[in-house]
Amino acid sequence: MWADLAVIGIKLAVVLGVLLTTVPIMVWVERRGSALIQDRLGPNRVGPMGLFQPVVDAVKLMTKENLIPENVDRFLYLLAPIIALIVALSTFIAVPFGFDSGLELFGQKIHGFIVAPDLNIGVLYIFAIASLAVYSIVLAGWSSNNKYSLYGGIRASAQSISYELAMTVSVVGVLMAAGSLQLQNVVTAQSGTWLGFLPRWGILVQPLGAITFIIAAFAETNRLPFDLPEAEAELVAGYHTEYSSMKFAAFFMSEYIHMVTSSALITIFFFGGWQLPWITLPGGWPGALLSIGIFGAKVAFFLWFFVWIRWTLPRFRFDQLMALGWKVMIPVAILNFLWVGVAMALHWI
Amino acid sequence: MLSWIFLTASVFAVLFALVAVAHRSPIINVLSLVMMFFCMAVVFALIGMDFLAAVQIIVYSGAVLVLFLFVIMLLNLKKAEGLGKGGRPLQFALGAIAAIAAGTGLVVAASRLDSTFGASLPGSEAGTAFPIGEALVGSHLFAFEFISFLLVAAIIGAIYLSRREA
Repeated sequence: MWADLAVIGIKLAVVLGVLLTTVPIMVWVERRGSALIQDRLGPNRVGPMGLFQPVVDAVKLMTKENLIPENVDRFLYLLAPIIALIVALSTFIAVPFGFDSGLELFGQKIHGFIVAPDLNIGVLYIFAIASLAVYSIVLAGWSSNNKYSLYGGIRASAQSISYELAMTVSVVGVLMAAGSLQLQNVVTAQSGTWLGFLPRWGILVQPLGAITFIIAAFAETNRLPFDLPEAEAELVAGYHTEYSSMKFAAFFMSEYIHMVTSSALITIFFFGGWQLPWITLPGGWPGALLSIGIFGAKVAFFLWFFVWIRWTLPRFRFDQLMALGWKVMIPVAILNFLWVGVAMALHWI
Repeated sequence: MLSWIFLTASVFAVLFALVAVAHRSPIINVLSLVMMFFCMAVVFALIGMDFLAAVQIIVYSGAVLVLFLFVIMLLNLKKAEGLGKGGRPLQFALGAIAAIAAGTGLVVAASRLDSTFGASLPGSEAGTAFPIGEALVGSHLFAFEFISFLLVAAIIGAIYLSRREA
């Protein structure tokens, strides 16, 4: 009982700690990365290479005046950032980030480092919680009593519904190939080789699904080129125009935490999770730690990919966004679904 | 233990359902409906129907009610006027009495529930995606496909009706 709770507590503490530490690091990567891409210097005054800039930013946000504008719907206005953070932080408990061959801690099995290992609906849980993220944006937009915020909220609700469809349909192929909804089984199903030499990764077996999922992940995290809910060129700051200090920070943090979750999901669904192609990891603790390192490296790459895309592509127009979502993404995702079905029936994969 | 979680979830489900109907702000209505679906998901998860619980949240909270919010915001609906504010003391008193009676009935029912609750639950396999998937594309394949056909017809009808003016 107590050992059980202790193991869960340690897992939770590690997951929360890593997630919340990634946010300031990603803010630094984003600012320095954008400077690199745009041939500027970026923040370089605080600490070596500006590394302590996020710390200063955090202090600034915490000490700012906690402003609540008049004529806002106070209850919903304060609820929105809370929902944003809760949703962002609770998706991660079904994500496996390492491999173990029955390792134990305090006499308890650690089950591949997942916080909730017995969740037999793993993927559905993540989609269920992640689909609630839009409420924070919509409520923030509506309660602020500001037309720009309202436009941001309306855009967010339409965008989220459109791209959620493409996202879930593109994952169906992966789940069919794995025959399970649990993420650790999705990863182990991608071990070994395909056609003799290729690693059996989702990106190679079902490239269409991988591409649609990655694009939909950008839309679901509201990152450029899909950041229309905040589109600063048109809507001031969109749904969080009226938010300042830590309430703004909550939205800001949740966006980066969603990026971490999305990168982890891309890695798990289409890039073999913690596995390396053609190499079998050793057992015991060395293998476990190595697998966490591999997973972390892949996630870090996709986090950089998010930054890279943001500072490379311009923003879509709203009609382009909707046309892409409904006329391209969903048909392509269904095509991937058909391909996996046919290939599985003919034993190609 | 199980029955108390069940009782809490059901009481909150009823309360949120009441707020969803009675509150004057449309946004609060939708939000309480979201919370109501959460309580229903808790009840589903409690009887081992994990898959239904997740689908409940994905479909209703994640998609249908977001559409509701979208419509409310697009039409910019304000609070309903002339409803519920003061007046009508008799109706209010009758409603309160009915609510208290229903609550008491629930507690009494729950106290009898304790000994037998959970005795007739299906096995843990019944709540996963496998039996539901098998039923959908196995024994109920015709009904499943027929419903999807009906839905397509409904969508086409909706598009036709909304476009007739243009």
